[in-house]
Amino acid sequence: MESIAMTRQQLDGDRMIVNMGPSHPTTHGTLHIVLELEGETIVKATPRMGYLHRGVEKLGESLSYQQFIPLTDRLNYCSSIMNNVGYACAVEKLLGIEIPKRAQQIRVLVSEIARIADHIVCVGVNAVDIGAFTAFLYLFRQRETAYDLFEMAAGQRLHTSFTRIGGLFRDIPEGFVPLAERFLVECEAAVDECERLLTHNPIWYDRTKGVGTITAEEAINWGYTGPCLRAAGVPQDLRKAQPYLGYETYEFDVPVGTTGDVFDRYLVRVEEMRQSLRIIRQVLDRLEPGPVIVDDYKVALPPKEKVYTRMESLIHHFKLIMHGMEMPVGEVYSATEAANGELGFYIVSDGGKNPYRIRVRPPCLPIYSSFETQVKGGLIADAVAVLGAMNVIAGELDR
Amino acid sequence: MVIEHIDAQMPGVIMDRHAFRGDQTIVVPKAEFLAVVELLHREGFQFLVDITAVDWPEREIEGKAVRFDVVYHWLNLASQERLRLKVTVSDGEAMPTLADRFKTADWFEREVFDLFGIRFDGHPNLERLLTWEDFPGHPLRKDFPLDGGDPFCMEGCTAPYNNGERA
Repeated sequence: MESIAMTRQQLDGDRMIVNMGPSHPTTHGTLHIVLELEGETIVKATPRMGYLHRGVEKLGESLSYQQFIPLTDRLNYCSSIMNNVGYACAVEKLLGIEIPKRAQQIRVLVSEIARIADHIVCVGVNAVDIGAFTAFLYLFRQRETAYDLFEMAAGQRLHTSFTRIGGLFRDIPEGFVPLAERFLVECEAAVDECERLLTHNPIWYDRTKGVGTITAEEAINWGYTGPCLRAAGVPQDLRKAQPYLGYETYEFDVPVGTTGDVFDRYLVRVEEMRQSLRIIRQVLDRLEPGPVIVDDYKVALPPKEKVYTRMESLIHHFKLIMHGMEMPVGEVYSATEAANGELGFYIVSDGGKNPYRIRVRPPCLPIYSSFETQVKGGLIADAVAVLGAMNVIAGELDR
Repeated sequence: MVIEHIDAQMPGVIMDRHAFRGDQTIVVPKAEFLAVVELLHREGFQFLVDITAVDWPEREIEGKAVRFDVVYHWLNLASQERLRLKVTVSDGEAMPTLADRFKTADWFEREVFDLFGIRFDGHPNLERLLTWEDFPGHPLRKDFPLDGGDPFCMEGCTAPYNNGERA
């Protein structure tokens, strides 16, 4: 008698379901994609997310404005200093205060180092996923120096929490500038080396050219920002378009691509590293001594020696710790150009110690939402290349 | 600038407007929302930056409880102007979707549905995005407990924040 039970093949047709992730070497974080394959071709790709959802926005509603800073470290953990800067800028916009010049310059300095570190991870790891291991190793030596610089500045390599509302928690130490100078020279050489290894490499070219193409209109419709949008040919960079922290005073170019494919995204990122080095050079040249935090004890804590010796400073310290800052009632949206794209913070204040609502607009969520259309009809190996070039960071995606 | 254009072309549509620290905000009624979006698109606001919501559990406007603000952030790439568009909805009321016009709205609306429980009419795939399918309640509502309550329904899901039901 013939069995009525259907075989797997009869049930699924010729399709095979493959789970990529949640912990797979090429997903770089807890991403989970359910792929439906016909042979090697992707018919359907369903991203599942939320494995790293910690409820950052919910937690923010019960934390004071200062206490939220460590949570911003854990958004895009490849360039946490940029999240610190973005968040501090948003709260300062809400308060309506201007921070000292040196604080602005140092913020630009560390942001650009973080941008390079982030692009190194993206480019290097994208290359590893496709099979080019060497470029990764050359680049990661420079990332090590970048993290050494963060450690010098903030005392932490990864979770920096470097900014405070109104400035920075301390000045950069002695020895930072010489190491940054050395980084400038060595990183330039490493980027050259990476380009020699990849840009004209026929295998790299074949694997990335024409993979994940997107038109400018489509990219805007999908909400792309950052290098992925610029690779599609839209010269949108918030550092130029809506300058903050004095970016309008620095000379740099905004590289754009034409087709938006993985190869263009790679080229844009490499060129951005060079431009960031240019900005770092200019910051180091114009760095002037001065305070790094606002001289307003209603916003920033007074220096410890004053707290121990003066009555008013002690009261200010106590008031700030116990009652927090006096916040105006209102709402602001402040966006900065993070390594991945537009990192926005939308803060609603009801005048209380804690934000009433804090929203993080992650740059990689809209980019990742286009993953299915990007890989549909392509090969499974190309999906890995596209995912790497999108630079999806789970901590920021799931918040 | 664009607010004057909206006011000129659709008189009376702007229920409320304010500017704070250079951020322009307008509030429009839900019935006119799609027409305003259409007009914004023609005015060059083609970049939908973000969709989110704010919960005001106690709020009443003209005797009617309107619990949520649905907040849309727009960007004009040519002039770099930003605009915040707000629509107020009450608990259980649905918003019209933008997913057919702006692909980026797809996941943002799913996230708002997941975390606030605001439905979007006409959305192609309105499923939870960050939490799992039978997660009880909507975490970003103000009455959802900070410690997460009983997300695994160990107590038989009698959590007060979801009327004792699974979501």
